[in-house]
Formats: sequence, structure tokens, C-alpha cells
Amino acid sequence: MPAVAETLNTVETLTSSVYKWGFETDIEMDLAPKGLNEDTIRLISQRKGEPSWLLDWRLKAFATWQGMAEPRWAKVGYPEIDYQDAHYYAAPKPKAGPRSLDEVDPELLATYEKLGIPLKERAILAGVQGADTEVRGGEASGLDDGGERDPNRPQIAVDAVFDSVSVATTFRKTLMEAGVIFCSISEAVREHPELVQRYLGSVVPAGDNFFAALNSAVFTDGSFVFIPRGVRCPMELSTYFRINARNTGQFERTLIIAEEGASVSYLEGCTAPMRDENQLHAAVVELVAFDDASIKYSTVQNWYPGDSQGRGGIYNFVTKRGACRGARSRISWTQVETGSAITWKYPSCILQGDDSVGEFYSVAVTNNHQQADTGTKMLHIGRNTRSTIVAKTISAGQSDSTYRGLVRMMPKASGARNHTQCDSLLIGDRCGAHTVPYIESRNMTARVEHEATTSKISEDQLFYCRQRGLSEEDAVGLIVNGFCREVLKELPMEFAVEAQKLLAVSLEGSVG
Amino acid sequence: MSAVLNIEGLAAAIAGKPILRGVDLAVPPGEIHAIMGPNGSGKSTLSYVLAGREDYEVTGGRAQYGERDLLAMEPEERAAAGLFLAFQAPIELPGVNNANFLRTAVNATRRARGEAELDAVAFLKAARAACKRLSMPDDMLKREVNVGFSGGEKKRNEVLQMALLQPRFAILDETDSGLDIDALRIVAEGVNALRAPDFSALIITHHQRLLDYIVPDHVHVMSAGRIIRSGGPELARQLEAQGYAQLIAEAA
Repeated sequence: MPAVAETLNTVETLTSSVYKWGFETDIEMDLAPKGLNEDTIRLISQRKGEPSWLLDWRLKAFATWQGMAEPRWAKVGYPEIDYQDAHYYAAPKPKAGPRSLDEVDPELLATYEKLGIPLKERAILAGVQGADTEVRGGEASGLDDGGERDPNRPQIAVDAVFDSVSVATTFRKTLMEAGVIFCSISEAVREHPELVQRYLGSVVPAGDNFFAALNSAVFTDGSFVFIPRGVRCPMELSTYFRINARNTGQFERTLIIAEEGASVSYLEGCTAPMRDENQLHAAVVELVAFDDASIKYSTVQNWYPGDSQGRGGIYNFVTKRGACRGARSRISWTQVETGSAITWKYPSCILQGDDSVGEFYSVAVTNNHQQADTGTKMLHIGRNTRSTIVAKTISAGQSDSTYRGLVRMMPKASGARNHTQCDSLLIGDRCGAHTVPYIESRNMTARVEHEATTSKISEDQLFYCRQRGLSEEDAVGLIVNGFCREVLKELPMEFAVEAQKLLAVSLEGSVG
Repeated sequence: MSAVLNIEGLAAAIAGKPILRGVDLAVPPGEIHAIMGPNGSGKSTLSYVLAGREDYEVTGGRAQYGERDLLAMEPEERAAAGLFLAFQAPIELPGVNNANFLRTAVNATRRARGEAELDAVAFLKAARAACKRLSMPDDMLKREVNVGFSGGEKKRNEVLQMALLQPRFAILDETDSGLDIDALRIVAEGVNALRAPDFSALIITHHQRLLDYIVPDHVHVMSAGRIIRSGGPELARQLEAQGYAQLIAEAA
């Protein structure tokens, strides 16, 4: 077989082999009727026991959405979405907190098991009473390879979003002691309405774009994080999202606020069950950082990309934006995007505070018929604001990947700087990679740099690795991993491990 | 004793153009053979074909490696069976850590041979020791594979890989070209350190100089895709003095 064809085969087996997380959990659902109208929204709001201001906000967003058109500027194609042909609310039937794992729905536990969540942590996730005190300092991530646990390694708190409603929140106590609020957004609406009302929609307004407006109208759950002044969050915060009900769109709403001098690292990871209908996902993530605060938001996204013909994958239309409101604040987005049939995602930073810093590190992998149009926006408003963009795109099969990025230097952004690096790696000759940078500078002293490269995995590289005894798969994995190194090193360690696995790589690198 | 590598009538072409036109060569265990010859005579092609590069099409003949049909093996199978090629132009792997690459290679080979894999600590110890033996700085291990390496560093990195992979049969494709005298000595020491009754090597070179440091058991001269003359180490000195022209004319 010619080497190129073989490489293609390898890559196909690597990235398109039977979707590992393809399973579906059968749990009794509390389902809203199909369709989207004011009644649906009232139902959602009522089920969640929301205050009237939030219902009004939702209805206003819905009215705005009705007057908007789906954006068509991205380089993605998909059949018309029928927004009336979906359920907008699904909740597991409420139960009192179980006393032990024996009382937990075995289906739920089986799901955790398939996801590879460690046993102790499953108890916490499932809300078993007292489990959180046992697990502290235990195998929080489950990614240890049997070696000794590094005592300095940060713990991870997990807030599992199991189909729209947070099933459990872990590590609550430790966080509460530090003054950190980490809970589902519904709970935050109940417990901390003043915070939610102050910040919800303050970064991504309800009518920001078509998908954000839709989300604002019908969002059912998501996470809320509040780090008070001067607090360094004592652990990594992590959320596992799973889309689990047939035909249920997911409209997560995440809001993270870091007050003056606070810092937090938030991890978001996703897997989804295999299914044959397309699933719409339109999340909104808002970050707010005040003076000297820092927020690090990391994502590993592995949603079902569809079969080899591109059928049945997730549509992922996400609005993620962070506001560096305060001086010297910092927001850093790191993403590894390997899944979804369609990815439409531009995590952005509004650099308002003087000397604030925005970062975007991205790896996007597309294969078969996947389409990704992703990038970032860096809006430099304050003086001496700085931003860094490193985007790595890997295309294989017949997929198409686009980096779309905007760097805007506003008139007051004196001394602002941006550096953008976009690298594309092509595998095979039927895929595409595109780089679409938008650069606007309205300040003479601002500096914007853009570098872009496109390369292929060469026969020379593959042969060199194979001559040294590596299988072709291992060779591709190694080369791809090397290509992504700059981004992967930005991930918290737990996620880096997952990401490397996702990229089918065995970077056994404890050195270097 | 039967040869570790036995080539008979090997013919190969690239993009339809014949390069090897019937190579006969037998290398017994424990011997080091040198292949010399003018540019374009097919020396590097021979090394690529033996290592299994796919864009070279074997059009005739056979190559036996021990008891196995070498030409039927995948490149990584040949590597696992102890065949090592030091590349004339080592390939860059951006972003790939050299130590990680080496460890992956060593462990792939060990796995294939049914040996236990080396953990990071054991590997680093072995790698550092090899660096020391070859007078290479440790930081070579921390760099990206061949990226930003000087020509000499790349060649030495090949020898470092060879030292760690412990091949049974090494092919050195002009590993001496572009090396200063000190680097040349290091490369030669790397090969000589492996000399053993069960280690053989094929050294492709333009110059007699390397053969002062690695004394071959046999010297072969290649021209137009064939071996036209074989002899002892004295043949290399004769070539150095007279050039290839006369030999080629005699063979024609």
C-alpha cells in the first residue's frame, strides 16, 4: 500500500475508530414537550423555581432571538435546524440524597464507570452523604499511573452536569471554607441571586448573537463560580458535561467571577453518547476578572463527531467570552477540540483593564466530515494590554478546519501588543485548513503580529520514526503531539493526559 | 557461518527509474563492511531499500536477514529485529522531545523483543550514560528531535540513538560527511563500542578517513547500481590514491 494511503488509514483508525464514549444511559426523564415558545420558557423557569427578573430576562432574550437570523458567515455547512423539533428541558427525577453508593441509580454509576471516573469520586458525584470528606487527598483525577501521588498536585472538584441538571457538587466544604462558591447556576440563582443578577449577561448580553440569545432564553443549567477578593482557589474546578437525552439540546450557562486579586483554574471536559440524530449544543460561558485577578479556563471537547459519513454528530455553537475588567487581570483560554460534527466557537477576551492579558491556546482536530470554524477575538481597550494567540489545526480525512480570529486595537489601547501564531497540519490530500485573521488597529502605538504556517506530516518523518521501531500509529501520534506541544503544555496536568490520549499519543515524557 | 545479511541480485527503482541493478552482498555476523563509490552509484538507495522505505520499488532479487525475508518485513519490524539505519540527512520532528522520542523507540523495540520496557528513570540513566560515553552534552536529550541541530549534532544524535537501540545490524549512510575530525572520532568510537561477534555493520562512505577509525573487514565499491569490486581495507586506500575512474573503467 502506498505510504500516503496507509497514513490515511492509520489516521482514520486513530481518530474515527468506534466512538469510545458511545453509550446511552436510560434514566427516568422529566421532559418538557417538544417545541420552543413562551410557554416552554415559562415552564423551564417555573420548574427551576426562578425569580421573576430571570423569567423576564429569558422572555426578552426569546423575543430578541425571534427577530434574529442564524449566522451564515462561518465556513460550515449543515442541514436546516428545526428549533421546534426538540425538547428544551429534561431533568432526572429528583430523589433524596442517597446514603451510600448502593442507593444510587446503577445506570448513573455505570455511566461514571464508562467515563473512567474513580470509584471514590463517583460517590461524591452521586451525592452520597459524607463521601466528600473521605475522598479529600484521594485519587481525585484517576489519572495516576499507579505511581505515588504528588502531594503538591492540586485537587480537582467536579460538578457533574448530567443532562442539564447538576446531579451533585463535590468538594463543597473545602471550597466554602475558602469562601469560594462553586455550584450549579440554578442553585446560584436560588442562593446568590444578587451575584447572578449582577453578572449574568454582563459579558455576553442576551441578544449578543443568535445562539447566545437562544441560550439566554432556554438555558437549563451550567456552573457558577465566584472567587472572592484575594482568594486563590484551593483546587482545580472541573465539570464533566454529558449530553444524555435523545433530542435534548443542551444550553449550558457558565458564569465565573474572580474578584480583585483572586485566581482560579477551571476545567471543562465533555463526552457524549453515540446517537443518530444531530444534537444542538449552544452554551454560553462568561468570565469576569477584576484587578489582578486571573482565570484559566481549559476545555477538552470530545463530543460525538458523527460516523465516517458525518451523520449524527453534535452541533456545537458556543459563545465563550471573558472580560478583563480590572487592571493587570488575566484570562487564559486553552482548548483541545477533537469532537463534534460542527464546531462554531470563538473564546474571546475583552481587555478593558490597563495591562490586562488575554491568551488563547487551541488545538482543533477534524477528521472524516467534521467541520470546525474556531478561533478567538481579542479586543484591546485598555493601555498596554497584551494578548497571545496560538492556534494549532490538524485536519484529516475530508474534514475542513478554519481558524477565524479578530484582533482589534481600540483608540485608547496605547502600547497594546498581540502575537498570533496559527499552524495547520494536514494529513492526507482531501482535507482543508483555512486561516482567516481579522486585524483592526486604531492606535498607532499598538503592535500586532501574525504568523501562519501550513505543513503536512511528511513521508520522511514517518519513515524516520518507523525505522526507529515505532508503529505508524505511534509515529503519527508522536508527530501530532509534537505539533501541539505549545498548546498542550498550557493545560493543567490532568487534562494534558486526557488530551494526549485524545490525540492518540503516548507522550511518556517525564523529562524535558 | 551463515551471513546475517545476504543480498542476491537486488534491483530497485524509484519512480520507475532503475537505481540498483543487481547487488550481491553477504555480511557475516561480527563483520564490518564498507561500501564506497561515486555519487549516484546507488549507495544510499541500497540503505533505504534495506531499511524498507516505501517509495523505493524492489524490482528483483532478494535479501535475507538471518532466517527472515527482509523485503517482506515492515520498516518497524526490521527495526525490532535489530536493523538500524543512521540517516545521511536525519529528519526533524518539531515539538517532539528527543529523550521522549528515544525512549519511545527503545521501548517499542524492547516490546517487540519481549523485553520489559524501561521506565523514565531507568531510561534517563541509560541515556545520560550513553551521552557521556559519546562526549555529548546531556541537553541534547532535552531538545526537539534534530530541530536546530547543526549537521554534526544531527550525526551524533544518530550515533546516540544507535548506542541506545543496540542494533544487531547497523547501516551508516555517510555518517562521516560534514564532520570535523573530533566528531568523526566520536562517531567511530560509537561504532567500535558496539563491535561484538553478533554485531555487523555496513558503512557507506565517500572517504577513506572514517575507515582509519573503523577498520572494515571488507570494502566494496559500487558503481551504477552494482558492486564492481570487493577487497580488504587496502582497497579503500587504493581508491583514495587512484580515484574511482580506473576501477569503473576496468569493470565496464
